[in-house]
Amino acid sequence: MATLQLKNITKQFGDTKVIKGIDLDVNDREFVVFVGPSGCGKSTLMRMIAGLESASDGDILIDGKRMNEVGPADRGLAMVFQSYALYPHMTVEGNMGFSMRLAGVPKEERRAKVLEAAKILQLEPLLDRKPKALSGGQRQRVAIGRAIVRNPIIFLFDEPLSNLDAALRVQMRIELARLHEELDATMIYVTHDQIEAMTMADKIVVLHDGVVEQVGSPMALYHHPRNRFVAGFIGSPKMNFFSVEQQSIGDDGVTVRLPGGRPCTIPVAGEQLASDEALELGIRPEHLQLDENGPLSGQIKVLERLGGQNSLYVQMGELLITIMADGDVAYRVNDTVQFGLAAERAHLFDAQGLALESLSQHPLASLTRQDNRAATEPAAPGAQV
Amino acid sequence: MNRTRASGRTVGGLRTLSLQAPAVTLLLLWMIVPLGMTIWFSFQRYNLLMPEMTGFAGLENYEYLLTDPALWSAMGTTLLLVGWVLVITVVGGTLLAVLFQQDFAGPGIARVLAISPFFVMPTVSALVWKNMMMHPSNGVLAWLAQSLGLPALDWFSSLPLTSIIIIVSWQWLPFALLILLTAMQSLDEDQVEAARMDGAGPLAIFFFITLPHLKRAISVVIMIEMIFLLTIFAEIFVTTSGGPGLATTNLAYLIYIQALLDFDVGMASAGGVIAIIFAHIVAIFLVRMVAKNLED
Repeated sequence: MATLQLKNITKQFGDTKVIKGIDLDVNDREFVVFVGPSGCGKSTLMRMIAGLESASDGDILIDGKRMNEVGPADRGLAMVFQSYALYPHMTVEGNMGFSMRLAGVPKEERRAKVLEAAKILQLEPLLDRKPKALSGGQRQRVAIGRAIVRNPIIFLFDEPLSNLDAALRVQMRIELARLHEELDATMIYVTHDQIEAMTMADKIVVLHDGVVEQVGSPMALYHHPRNRFVAGFIGSPKMNFFSVEQQSIGDDGVTVRLPGGRPCTIPVAGEQLASDEALELGIRPEHLQLDENGPLSGQIKVLERLGGQNSLYVQMGELLITIMADGDVAYRVNDTVQFGLAAERAHLFDAQGLALESLSQHPLASLTRQDNRAATEPAAPGAQV
Repeated sequence: MNRTRASGRTVGGLRTLSLQAPAVTLLLLWMIVPLGMTIWFSFQRYNLLMPEMTGFAGLENYEYLLTDPALWSAMGTTLLLVGWVLVITVVGGTLLAVLFQQDFAGPGIARVLAISPFFVMPTVSALVWKNMMMHPSNGVLAWLAQSLGLPALDWFSSLPLTSIIIIVSWQWLPFALLILLTAMQSLDEDQVEAARMDGAGPLAIFFFITLPHLKRAISVVIMIEMIFLLTIFAEIFVTTSGGPGLATTNLAYLIYIQALLDFDVGMASAGGVIAIIFAHIVAIFLVRMVAKNLED
């Protein structure tokens, strides 16, 4: 069992508040990803959990015990650094066994444990090498091995894949997911890469300017972003936003006037809206379709052909709208296109940038990684639903 | 374009030899000529007090020197001086570098103060130490001893070599500090934090992380200091003049005595040649050690 609770954590450097009061629960064996743009405080938050940075205020509880004053080595955590932080003058074995060497574990026992971890990560042939003689991916695995050897109750990963090339990143992502199942440990993972967040997380914590914008499963964040920031941050290519005028509020949603004048009813709850409140409509590029009778139109400025898909960048008034279209589209740059939107997939944001609540939950919004697995394997007892 | 890489060496029509010539000539004049003259004089009878005694001496100069106990004592003194100053500056420099790496108020001023002894010329610093620090009646150290109720120590007569070692160490400590501090700053902070996560305390971090990281810089400090410490002269000349007896006469000072006090140029030249060989023997050991460090 390893749970982590943060209660109203704040961090101040001089007069600058970097973390402005964060509450968070991490359940046992959960894979939690902190994601956010650079400078949002995600690394600082992780370093406070690790004990490398002290919290200015609030409580950090691991398994219900307050850990604020406990040193980093005694919290039972292990951390994998972005730079790997391997000890350059020690061999792979020396690196992985360093914590045990400090703890005075006898040599044979040390070797046995290192071998065990090396086996999981396929590092056995490299045990006598120095970090200098390893490739980036191998160094990464050694850094993970060093964490595994410590047998931590919570693993911390600080942007571990950002120094790897794209192909290796995909491979390590799969390896980390496998490791999570194999070790059955609680993992906290910091990244600015939303693909890593979407693919690996049970729970994503979106941070922005030192506050939590939203916590939820990847699908919940994708389908039901709480505000404009999360909507724009999660999903690639980025969600399109444009201003709309509200026309009427009914039981089946809010009807707005799209640019170009045609009305459109978005199925969201609008009871709290002031009648003259400015609204913004958000729609993902994959939810816009080219349609000759569509309500919107614009001129193609850039066309990116990816084979199976095309990205169209369409000038609509002063805005550049991104559309993900079928790969067989024959349009060319400077053509004018008509397009429509899937109203049930559109989001409306009020003047404060908060999303209006959807009238229906997306069927996949409560899906977790565990459920993905349950679909192909017999459900594990006690699997989260 | 006419360009050949091999020994023909013409680049764009210019013979490269003519471009190398100034540097090679300068080097030749600068090194080979004095060396050749020293070797030549070392085989001559050449005493300024006895101008009528000239001619080829064969190995006479060397024979006389190598059987002179002063030479062996000077070699011993040189080794002791170099050895102790290296130990003091490297150990002290490493510890100071760690200290200066900590957060404290006014690091810039503290660093300048710590490094400034290096900019004081050796003669001046030796005079300051002699007349203001170690003087048996006016010195700061004597005053300190007296205020503690201890008898004042006449440093240069009771502990002559120790005094020289202290003065030279004081001068070279800043150099070691400067190099090691720079090396400290390139220590990856993540490594220290990883070690902290692994359960390393301050001492373990120093021995397992900091010291291995500084190994290369320490080798460089040892190599450079050695070159200069083998030829320490001004500090000895100004303070003890090699005495009492031969207690502080190192090889450089011995050669000076022979050349400019005894006016025996032949003998001094032979001493110079022996010093060159001695320096090379020491250097071979040290360079081997350093090179081994630089490899890993």
